Amino acid sequence: MEQITFASQLLQYVITGLTVGSIYAMVALGFNIIYNVTEIINLAQGEFVMLGGLIMVFFHVVLGLPIILAFPATILLVTLVGILLDWLAIRPIRHPSVLTLIIATIAASIIIKGSAMFIWGKDPLDLPAFSGRIPIKFLGAVIQPQYFWVMGLLIIIVIALTLFFDRTLLGKAMTACADNPDAASLVGINVNRMILLSFALSAGIGAVAGIVVTPIALMEYDRGAMLAVKGFGAVILGGLGSFPGAILGGLIMGTIESLGAGLLSSGYKDAYALIVLLAVLFFRPSGLLGSVEVSKFKRF
Amino acid sequence: MNFRKLAILTTTCLFIFGLLITPALADFKIGAVFSVTGRTSFLGDPEKKTAEMVAEQINAAGGINGEMVELVVYDTEGDATKANLFVKKLITQDKVCAVIGPSLSGTSLAVVPLAEKYRTPLVSVAASFKITWDEKKNKPRYWVFKTPQTDTMAVEAIYTHLKANQINRIAITTVTSGFGASGRGELIRLASEYGITIVADEKYGPKDTDMTAQLTKIKGTAPQAVVNWSVGPTQVTVLRNFRDLGMMVPFYQSHGFGSRRNIKLAAGAAEGVLCPLGAVNVAELLPDSHPQKYVTMKYLNDYKAKYNEPLSSFGGHAWDAMYLVADALETVGCDKSKIRKHLENKKHFVGQHGVFNYWPDDHIGLSKEAFQMVVVKDGDWALAR
Repeated sequence: MEQITFASQLLQYVITGLTVGSIYAMVALGFNIIYNVTEIINLAQGEFVMLGGLIMVFFHVVLGLPIILAFPATILLVTLVGILLDWLAIRPIRHPSVLTLIIATIAASIIIKGSAMFIWGKDPLDLPAFSGRIPIKFLGAVIQPQYFWVMGLLIIIVIALTLFFDRTLLGKAMTACADNPDAASLVGINVNRMILLSFALSAGIGAVAGIVVTPIALMEYDRGAMLAVKGFGAVILGGLGSFPGAILGGLIMGTIESLGAGLLSSGYKDAYALIVLLAVLFFRPSGLLGSVEVSKFKRF
Repeated sequence: MNFRKLAILTTTCLFIFGLLITPALADFKIGAVFSVTGRTSFLGDPEKKTAEMVAEQINAAGGINGEMVELVVYDTEGDATKANLFVKKLITQDKVCAVIGPSLSGTSLAVVPLAEKYRTPLVSVAASFKITWDEKKNKPRYWVFKTPQTDTMAVEAIYTHLKANQINRIAITTVTSGFGASGRGELIRLASEYGITIVADEKYGPKDTDMTAQLTKIKGTAPQAVVNWSVGPTQVTVLRNFRDLGMMVPFYQSHGFGSRRNIKLAAGAAEGVLCPLGAVNVAELLPDSHPQKYVTMKYLNDYKAKYNEPLSSFGGHAWDAMYLVADALETVGCDKSKIRKHLENKKHFVGQHGVFNYWPDDHIGLSKEAFQMVVVKDGDWALAR
């Protein structure tokens, strides 16, 4: 086997790190959307990713639908689960405090995970890669076509979200709710509907992440929790509530994980990103891109 | 007589009657603990199914010396605490003649003290040699046996094949579970004996989903072959990452790879992968003169007919354990120390995973010949040259 240079190895670590980081970034975006509108940390966020992967397996592998149909169908179904989460677990709570609602999301995540186990069993399931598995060689490193899909979809989601929040009325209404729900409802914005929309959006983004990562890493019913933890870590790293922070945080966490496993010891892979997270929090508690004034207003 | 006297009389009669009735106890109770559910259900589920099938077959043929066999199975879920609890229950409450299982090296090591304490024979279906070998006292555990080949034998089989193919620089990737750590220990220990240099030694966790970093590091050391030691979804993920990175050197898996489902999940990446497997996996490929041909073909057909699913290598370990215990029960009855002595001296037992020869200082009964080197060809097993 030809030797690869250290530089190529580094490049390889960075490439796989960015790919995994894109998934964390998508999870982090989902967290932030819901947090911004409701101040809730939706701990069922990881389950949306898991459902995205498994439901796509159902549509594409079991039912045989082509990817072009199965993709939107899966997103729709997971969005529905997100909406149900809001309707059944969040809205009915009579005296909502943020803590109560967070615990409700934990309960929901357990229920979703259990249902997934009953429906799909415990074995990991596979999706065929969207554009084949022939690796592309680049400066000594190897890139799977699927990696492009992951990073590409992240970019598309970021652009779409930016356009949505900045240019559409609905997006602006959601931003208004995030800023000050009382004032928003005074000007006629239906705050409940905005909350529903935030859950729907987060679920949809999570689904995309799940669909696009399954061909690389398979998907099983209990993957949600670890993804939620790492995604949340990315959120805190980037600054709670900040979209660019979520993306930066996710990519950084993924890259550090990959570099740490490759350059230092691979047994402690999960620890590296979390150690960096702790270090950042010591020096800059509001995260890399979070603003200190905003973090004073929010309850967290 | 009044009602009160009648009630007392009836109760007393029933009580005496109850004492006199002895329930039709199956004299031969065999206990079993497997990880039927949980992350390692791919081990415990076929083991449970096999054990139940064997018990049924024995009873259908008239039982052991006329007595029916009753199999009591508990699910450890792969958890050492539960394994401990259930083995204790089997011995003290269910009063079994012997215990089969547990499925994992970790859970087995957790229950071996119980076998010693309650003086009950335990036949484990897990891999690590430490299950039957007390490292502190440097001798075998008196009451514990096992049926699977050890990781030592698997490593020896792989190293023999490597040496025959003139490969002496390898990289190893191991999972940080009990199975992986034990295998890694053996890989390192036996390397020099076969003239092998380990140029890279990478690890990953049992829940990891991406090992490209470790494999990239390995790529940098340019080994002639890669040996992976894990069981469960990670052994497939490592293989997929390996191919995704475009690495083409020979890839060896541990004997934990022994399931056609793994080949399918690898989505083509398994083509050309080598691993040591017990004869049970390649029953159809064995020549008719092979001593295990008959029992492995029979098991293959019986299992498929009863459960309509492909047979699993791990179920074979349970088959071996059940028939070993049944043979002991047939010869000496339900006497725990006699069963133990019988097992310890059993010779030439033709099982699914080898021909067993137990000795007082060898409670494993197999050698590296119990493994056939097998290669994945066209999505199925084939004997490797």
